[in-house]
Amino acid sequence: MELDVVELSRLQFAMTAMYHFLFVPLTLGLSVLVAIMETVYVMTNRPVWRQMTKFWGTLFGINFVLGVATGITMEFQFGMNWSYYSHYVGDIFGAPLAIEGLMAFFLEATFVGLFFFGWDKLSKTAHMMVTWLVALGSNFSALWILIANGWMQNPVGAQFNPDSMRMEMTSFFEVVFNEVAQAKFVHTVSAGYVTASVFVLGVSAWYLLKGRHIELARRSIAVAASFGLASALSVVVLGDESGYSASHTQKMKLAAIEGMWETHAAPAPFNLIGFPDREARETHYAVSIPWVMGLIGTRSLTEEIPGINDLVDIAEDKIKRGVIAYDALMTIREQRGNAPSEARFIFEQNSDDLGFAFLLKRYVDDPREATEEQIKQAAADTIPGVAPLFWAFRLMVGLGFSFIAVMAYFAFMASFRGMRFPRWSLWLGVIIIPTPWLAAELGWFVAEFGRQPWTVDGVLPTALSVSHLSVADLLITLAGFVTFYTILFIIEMGLMVKYIRKGPTEDVEETETWMARHEHRLRTHDGKGPFAPEPAE
Amino acid sequence: MILFELIDFDILRVIWWVLLGVLLIGFALTDGFDMGVGALLPFVGRTDVERRVVINTIGPVWEGNQVWFILGGGAIFAAWPPLYAVSFSGFYLAMFAVLAALILRPVGFKYRSKRDSAAWRSGWDWALFVGGAAPALLFGVAVGNVMLGVPFYLTEDLMPMYDGAFYAKFLGLLRPFAILSGVVSLSMLLMHGAAWLTLKTEGPVQMRARTIGTYAGIVAAVAYALAGVWLALGVDGFQIIGEVAPNGPSNPLYSEVERGGSWMAAYSARPWIIIAPIMAFAGIALAVMGLRAGREVSTLLWSKMAITGIISSVGLTMFPFILPSTVNPDSSLTVWDSSSSHQTLFVMLVMAVIFMPLILAYTAWVYKVLWGKVTEDEITGSGHSY
Repeated sequence: MELDVVELSRLQFAMTAMYHFLFVPLTLGLSVLVAIMETVYVMTNRPVWRQMTKFWGTLFGINFVLGVATGITMEFQFGMNWSYYSHYVGDIFGAPLAIEGLMAFFLEATFVGLFFFGWDKLSKTAHMMVTWLVALGSNFSALWILIANGWMQNPVGAQFNPDSMRMEMTSFFEVVFNEVAQAKFVHTVSAGYVTASVFVLGVSAWYLLKGRHIELARRSIAVAASFGLASALSVVVLGDESGYSASHTQKMKLAAIEGMWETHAAPAPFNLIGFPDREARETHYAVSIPWVMGLIGTRSLTEEIPGINDLVDIAEDKIKRGVIAYDALMTIREQRGNAPSEARFIFEQNSDDLGFAFLLKRYVDDPREATEEQIKQAAADTIPGVAPLFWAFRLMVGLGFSFIAVMAYFAFMASFRGMRFPRWSLWLGVIIIPTPWLAAELGWFVAEFGRQPWTVDGVLPTALSVSHLSVADLLITLAGFVTFYTILFIIEMGLMVKYIRKGPTEDVEETETWMARHEHRLRTHDGKGPFAPEPAE
Repeated sequence: MILFELIDFDILRVIWWVLLGVLLIGFALTDGFDMGVGALLPFVGRTDVERRVVINTIGPVWEGNQVWFILGGGAIFAAWPPLYAVSFSGFYLAMFAVLAALILRPVGFKYRSKRDSAAWRSGWDWALFVGGAAPALLFGVAVGNVMLGVPFYLTEDLMPMYDGAFYAKFLGLLRPFAILSGVVSLSMLLMHGAAWLTLKTEGPVQMRARTIGTYAGIVAAVAYALAGVWLALGVDGFQIIGEVAPNGPSNPLYSEVERGGSWMAAYSARPWIIIAPIMAFAGIALAVMGLRAGREVSTLLWSKMAITGIISSVGLTMFPFILPSTVNPDSSLTVWDSSSSHQTLFVMLVMAVIFMPLILAYTAWVYKVLWGKVTEDEITGSGHSY
């Protein structure tokens, strides 16, 4: 891969966005979990729940701050590295980002200070409301950012305006209620809830293994496992919804994920594994399950899912129509307000495919001068990297199903087996802590890498979206971000580990007193203690 | 949807120009004292406990304040996409420096108290100093460059391009007038930070803040006056020639612009805008007197008035220009040709009208809950403070 401005800008965006998303899912989920714990505290008045709220709240804070800090980069990076993109689609894409600030960021950021500083200044109920507002704010912010991202995947409610040379919004309603955005939103926040559940469960399992903070740990597991089970189911169901919407909005991405080169008679089979080969345009050694792909993708037995080769042919037609639109656009641009109405008419007829003409800019300055050969090449460019998508998707889905299994197991043991978790299961809980992050990053990879070669699907190619910068500029900032982010990551992990080792430090005495007084009530029906008390370290 | 035609395009553009100003002022009034306090930290706090007092005055509120900056970015993106596209890529390395400083700051607040080591804490103190002082200075430098004009141009496809020497080199931004603007911005925010510390602290920390704040206020007034003189005598203005089309399409190349004349001509064309510099000077004078006398609430309010005056004077002087271009004046961005579409401006206005009052209401409530001095006893006695 050649290190030009486009590749470096992509690398920088991928790096800073994926880094940002190390912190976001935990913020999304932990804010809700902490709010649930505090609600139980307010309802039952048992000090252990306040202890839990404060302890998980401390870890939430360490994580939250880096989410906020790295989010600053995201808000400005479009302008810094993607200035043509910003001009071209800012009229639509900017709106959800601004609304995110108005509706979400202010809410979470204003109240998060009170969450930490307000314990002695607010009533119990008021503090609980503050915590819920923080959780609500984080989740709203996911909503608007996914509306923005959903538009890049499925650009509805917008039209090209030849006078301002950009896409302009025609329907705010369509942008907000974009089916891709809505499915992605629930999928993403559910993934955040799973992440936080696995985190809380894993840390608590470690405490149980060490025989520390048992009261806190077992209650935390109960909350995390039940919440996590519901969320893990939701992730998979909404992931399926995303697949269904991709079958009519992003056919190429779907076909690439599936490694499906030829259109198959309906209902198409699902390639469980296989080795996609771009050169041969074939997926070798595919192990397929009949009907499944057709059912997932179209929810019917008769609808066809087009394969990659047919989609390339369609792209070729679109490029040709795009060139017609481009030609009309040039006339309009030259003559401005005086352009003949005929040119405007031709433009409007073909403007939906204008973006496809821009794919030719890689080969020729003026798309109208492209040869038949170049058009074929540009059409072939619409195939994203099939093999990485194929594998990333399968790994993500595999992890998604395994979360359901783990959460179901822990929820069952917590509810019906008196919380007597075998040690192997506790170790399992500890070991899987990093996996939801892996699944989340893979998910973003599939979504964004699968959209290539476009920044906005069918509208603006990635290669055209960048800023007028030099390779040196990008190398400086890339090196800066890598260094800076690495240091921050080490510091963050160090503090996380330190505070997990330290365990809860507040309300310890009150909790113990309360436990001693109420121990008899907490016995299970078989007369044994709920958990053999072990001496604290 | 025809609803958006309820408000004319040109009126929406002016409203969003005002709202852009409101956001920038909101940012300077709230996050401004955070930056000022950060920059003052090593000087007003000598011991660890004193520094913790200083940090805890802004500890609970900096996150909310910083959102003004983020929202400013988002609003520029949504309402003025060409400005967003041109400015942040044009000031590329300066923007990176600002981002790095602003990322350091939240991390510093949160992580400083998490370990006891003196080296750890003093390291974060300097991070907070840089995180406060560097953006305070650089924002002023950026505004100075905007007034001087920026060497960008737009291609026929409206792709922003830059004359090489400028954008690539961070140092290209450090033109003398721009540095003077940076001094205005830094000293004004130092004064504001000092006014905040006067309200929230007591004893030696408050005394030191009041002393430094007084000097900062005087520097701000002198530098602001000098910048005005310089603007009148040594900086070219810009003007639209030919017909102005306030309802025209958002294409900067459709209008003809000429460099020449003076920005100060605005004061003869619209004499009422003199109120902005008057607010600025009066605000600084009253804030300085308040700092010397030790008045707490009123000093902060006067300091806010001074900042509002200074920032408004920049916008009002340049109207309708937002970002003039030196190499190709026709590419200059103005209120009439670099906004979002009619519909987007309308939708965003509806959103702002719904959410801004809510934001102001709950922010006010949070400040009310947190009202009162931050004391050493409170910090050492509580497990939650930084």
